Amino acid sequence: MKKLFTTFGFWKVTAVAIILAGLYSTYIRFFHGLGAATNLNDQFPWGIWIGFDVLCGVGLAAGGFTLAAIVYIFNLKRFEPIIRPTILTAFLGYVLVVVGLMFDLGRPLQIWHAIIMWNPRSVMFEVAWCVMLYTTVLALEFSPVILEKFKMTKTIKMVKRISIPLIIVGVLLSTLHQSSLGSLYLIVPEKMYPLWYSAYMPVFFYTSAIAAGCGMIIFESFISSRAFKRGLEMDLLNEIARVCVMMLGVYAVMKFVDLTDRKMLSLLTVPRFETYMYWLEVIIGVVVPFAMFTQRKIRRNPNGLFIGAALVVVGFIMNRMNIAITGMEGWSGTTYVPSWMEFTITMMIVTIGFTAFYFIAKYFPVFTHEEHHDDKEDAHAANAWKRDIESVSRTSHIGS
Amino acid sequence: MLKKKAMLIDLTLCVGCNACQVACKETNHMPEKEEKALSPTTYTALDEYDGVFVRRMCQHCDDPTCASVCPVGAFTKMPEGPVVYDVEKCIGCRYCMQACPFQVPRYEWSSTYPRIQKCIMCHERLSKGLPTACSEACPTGATKFGDRDELLTEAYARITGEPGKYVQKIYGEKEVGGTSILYISSVPFENLGFRTTLQTTPLPQLTWNALSKIPGVVSVGGAMLFGIWWITNRREDVKEYEQKHNTNHPTNGKS
Repeated sequence: MKKLFTTFGFWKVTAVAIILAGLYSTYIRFFHGLGAATNLNDQFPWGIWIGFDVLCGVGLAAGGFTLAAIVYIFNLKRFEPIIRPTILTAFLGYVLVVVGLMFDLGRPLQIWHAIIMWNPRSVMFEVAWCVMLYTTVLALEFSPVILEKFKMTKTIKMVKRISIPLIIVGVLLSTLHQSSLGSLYLIVPEKMYPLWYSAYMPVFFYTSAIAAGCGMIIFESFISSRAFKRGLEMDLLNEIARVCVMMLGVYAVMKFVDLTDRKMLSLLTVPRFETYMYWLEVIIGVVVPFAMFTQRKIRRNPNGLFIGAALVVVGFIMNRMNIAITGMEGWSGTTYVPSWMEFTITMMIVTIGFTAFYFIAKYFPVFTHEEHHDDKEDAHAANAWKRDIESVSRTSHIGS
Repeated sequence: MLKKKAMLIDLTLCVGCNACQVACKETNHMPEKEEKALSPTTYTALDEYDGVFVRRMCQHCDDPTCASVCPVGAFTKMPEGPVVYDVEKCIGCRYCMQACPFQVPRYEWSSTYPRIQKCIMCHERLSKGLPTACSEACPTGATKFGDRDELLTEAYARITGEPGKYVQKIYGEKEVGGTSILYISSVPFENLGFRTTLQTTPLPQLTWNALSKIPGVVSVGGAMLFGIWWITNRREDVKEYEQKHNTNHPTNGKS
């Protein structure tokens, strides 16, 4: 085993193992049905494929529209160096959401029905259309990278001509469906634990997605800088952290006001599983990163920046999982623990996402700008967080 | 215009003979074996609470949550009352199961081409002018089929006629906006596994509140984004223009 790791590298071996396990689960899922592959049942029809793959997948891709708006709408061109990897992350995120859906849907080959069989009263219908359109928008936003590689300058010009309307449409679509993922749960006022259920879930989903999207931009920059041995755009990431902390602040205040308004504050001290999970989510995803990112010193420190961003992402995932699973368990009267097959399929999808990112970034001009940094500082920083990144990414894996 | 049909289930009359399930399974061509809970092969089942039998089944809401949440519109509330399901449309997202306030829809988990399964209120029989199979089979009249208005009147007459016997409530009259299955009982409904805290307005209103804001978000948001872009872009143009007009400056020559 040890030899295997040293010859091919830890990550490669792990990735292959995950994908093999995932492929076996895929076979069970499609040839023996959802019942054989998952722990879902009539009392608990939505599991981690919705909670993680869809809710988190879409949410964590929110960096795409946030940064696109910053660069092209607010015209803050200095952020351009990180726009391409961010759009790529978002695009892959959405592709993986669709892949995840193909596993979750009982009749995946019928997915196209949403295109012709309309039900405008359905939130799911709106989400389906937005995801469909926005994935197309992201593909177009990213297309210049592919076209550049093949030197198709004429087509690039065509895409660039429609870029501003495209960005605006992208931001609007994102606003709609990021919030609509929260609206999905408006229909279960009786079923969801009241710490999470609120008429303002759409707003919470939207703001938390922007915060988590910022977290992902930072997170992804760190991972990439390590994988591709390049420096960090510390100035830009520091500013992204400021956007993140602003959104976290807005989110925290809104959540607090909402709990107060609904007279649910007392629930925060009720000793039960939901309460603990709620506190865990809030402390990890909001309180600690907020405290960290408000301090200039921590924002300027690569370690601080990375850990803060990782916490935001982990806290975000916990929030979505709490809403999809923890908050729904009490009412259903069952406990849901995903089967190992559900886990391996999700892990396979994530692994494929990381791998795809790696290869696209390696062979296409994704990282085009050279960071304008003091090399010495960067080298020092790179070494310093090299160790931390491993421990943090390990813990964040467990957390998700 | 067709009158809306309904079923009145008087729990005090039910003896738990299960004839309703037998008739239901026969009509809907399902395996005969007796089942104690709703399943993909059981549209109706009896729950027992200390000798009181409660029929579980789709409530056929007037404004069905399942019909509103389904992204492809696979559920339809028919004017005669039944909420029917079109398997040809279904993509299998199971939002209906997640959303149903009565937790009725069942799924064929073991199938590789699964369907949602739930009572369809014998809509084919109804269209021929026949009553539902279960109500026809009921030997005690515990399940009675008829026009919803008339059954409501009758239910009121029964509970007010014997206030000592009946709980003064018709379950299904107002729950989530009213349903086509009405229950009356001598035991408080909350003791019989009924959810008595359901709101009286239809649940689809909750999501509609959010969905109806879309046009506003799109138009205001779109205008705002365009406006911001225009301003930031204009600023740059102005800067460029001003630079050009400083042509007298000795260090000109660029751009």
